[in-house]
Amino acid sequence: MLIPHPLLGPRDAQEFTYLGDASLLNRPDPDAPNALEAFCDYVFLRDNPAGVHCELWFHEQGDRSWLVVTRNTLTHEILDVELATDVARRGT
Amino acid sequence: MRFSGFRVIKEALTGHKGWGKLWRNCTPQPAYDFIIVGGGGHGLATAYYLAKVFRKSRIAVLEKSWLGSGNIGRNTTIVRSNYLLPGNQPFYEFSMKLWENMEQDLNFNAMMSQRSIINLFHSDGQRDAYRRRGNAMHLSGAGGTLLSADELREIAPFLNFDNARFPIKGGLRQERAGTARHDGVAWGYARAADQLGVDLIQNCEVTGFRREAGKVVGVETSRGFIGAKKVGVAVAGSSSRVMAAAEMRLPMESHVLQAFVTEGLKPTLPGVITFGAGHFYVSQSDKGGLVFGGDIDGYNTYAQRGNLPVVEDVIEGGMALMPMLGRARLLRSWGGVMDMSMDGSPIIDKTGIEGLYFNGGWCYGGFKATPASGYVFAHLLATDTPHEVASAFRFDRFARGYVIDEKGVGAQPNLH
Repeated sequence: MLIPHPLLGPRDAQEFTYLGDASLLNRPDPDAPNALEAFCDYVFLRDNPAGVHCELWFHEQGDRSWLVVTRNTLTHEILDVELATDVARRGT
Repeated sequence: MRFSGFRVIKEALTGHKGWGKLWRNCTPQPAYDFIIVGGGGHGLATAYYLAKVFRKSRIAVLEKSWLGSGNIGRNTTIVRSNYLLPGNQPFYEFSMKLWENMEQDLNFNAMMSQRSIINLFHSDGQRDAYRRRGNAMHLSGAGGTLLSADELREIAPFLNFDNARFPIKGGLRQERAGTARHDGVAWGYARAADQLGVDLIQNCEVTGFRREAGKVVGVETSRGFIGAKKVGVAVAGSSSRVMAAAEMRLPMESHVLQAFVTEGLKPTLPGVITFGAGHFYVSQSDKGGLVFGGDIDGYNTYAQRGNLPVVEDVIEGGMALMPMLGRARLLRSWGGVMDMSMDGSPIIDKTGIEGLYFNGGWCYGGFKATPASGYVFAHLLATDTPHEVASAFRFDRFARGYVIDEKGVGAQPNLH
């Protein structure tokens, strides 16, 4: 797979380390009354969709940026790539 | 129809006209007592043990494609019970005992061959870890022997003992481990279940679960509604997809694991051999092909194919372990979709919905578990209580902090 890095252009997926679902950006509030349950779900449960999936890739052997890659898990087609900092700042 | 030596001779003399079909091609009845979703090894074994051991009837297996079309047809056929943790090892040893009598039990040649497995170690620390694992195996009755490098040289002289980075210091051998004909296992269970009156329904995809007053009353399928008192889901690889229809999120990701086979060679390997310094395992099929595999690709996918960098990585591992592998030509490679669970261990449990039961999360170790998985899942479906060797495989183990993490890498499924 080639990942079209927003700053560096197309890069081999081998340069990246995979973390998983991009919803991991949305860490639960540790002070909420249901924090224990929320963190348990956050750590262990995943949507794991067959189709479009937003996921976190770390450019470990490149510029060490975190990316949010939108990819189809049925075809491996990459639909969109953004810097994770942009996604986190936007709050989605 | 029973298979026997006498029968083979009789058919040979009469032009092989008497071999019937192995199972009926059923159309769905309006309702069953038990519906098993998934006609792979685990689903078929579940139906068989439900009928045979737990004396249940009105059982159907629903398969979206053809029987045995998933991971039972895509694995590297290794059977072993050399786990470490108390939640796992008694289960896999129970499975090994079922493997040892499976062919007589099913009256089907699954080509089970106890040709042993050797896990190699490459350092003193790894030797200590394998000694500990061997002791855990002995506690469950699985046996095992720690081999020195000299003993290993006699068994497998072709290994690269003097690799500069990972010299081979010895291995942990389980003599009772081995390989089996993967499709034969699915066909054997299908035929035996069919003979006990189980309806095997192919090309019937489950699209939803119908509930009344919080209880499952049947399944919606591509061939219409089918009623059921209890529904057991055994669809490893597609677990998240199927259970999403019951609004459940599972502690797992789907990943692809690739496997490879070379051209047929003369008998070369004494059994299954695994590399302890990378991730590589190899055995020789009865046709002579070297069957091997390594790590998963490492990203979520439902495509039954992988990418080339992992092919390179697996074959590098093979070349480091046994350089003669480089002279063999690769015939085929393929991929299968794995339920990679958050602790690397399976789940066999009731769900929060009455009448709905789940079996999945096998990571890439489901084949060896086939008989025991079917047996204990049938036990759960028939009695509503977990079998004693599967009592740790529960959904709530994550929330309660009782994960069964053989590798100790935590909730990072692509590292298990």
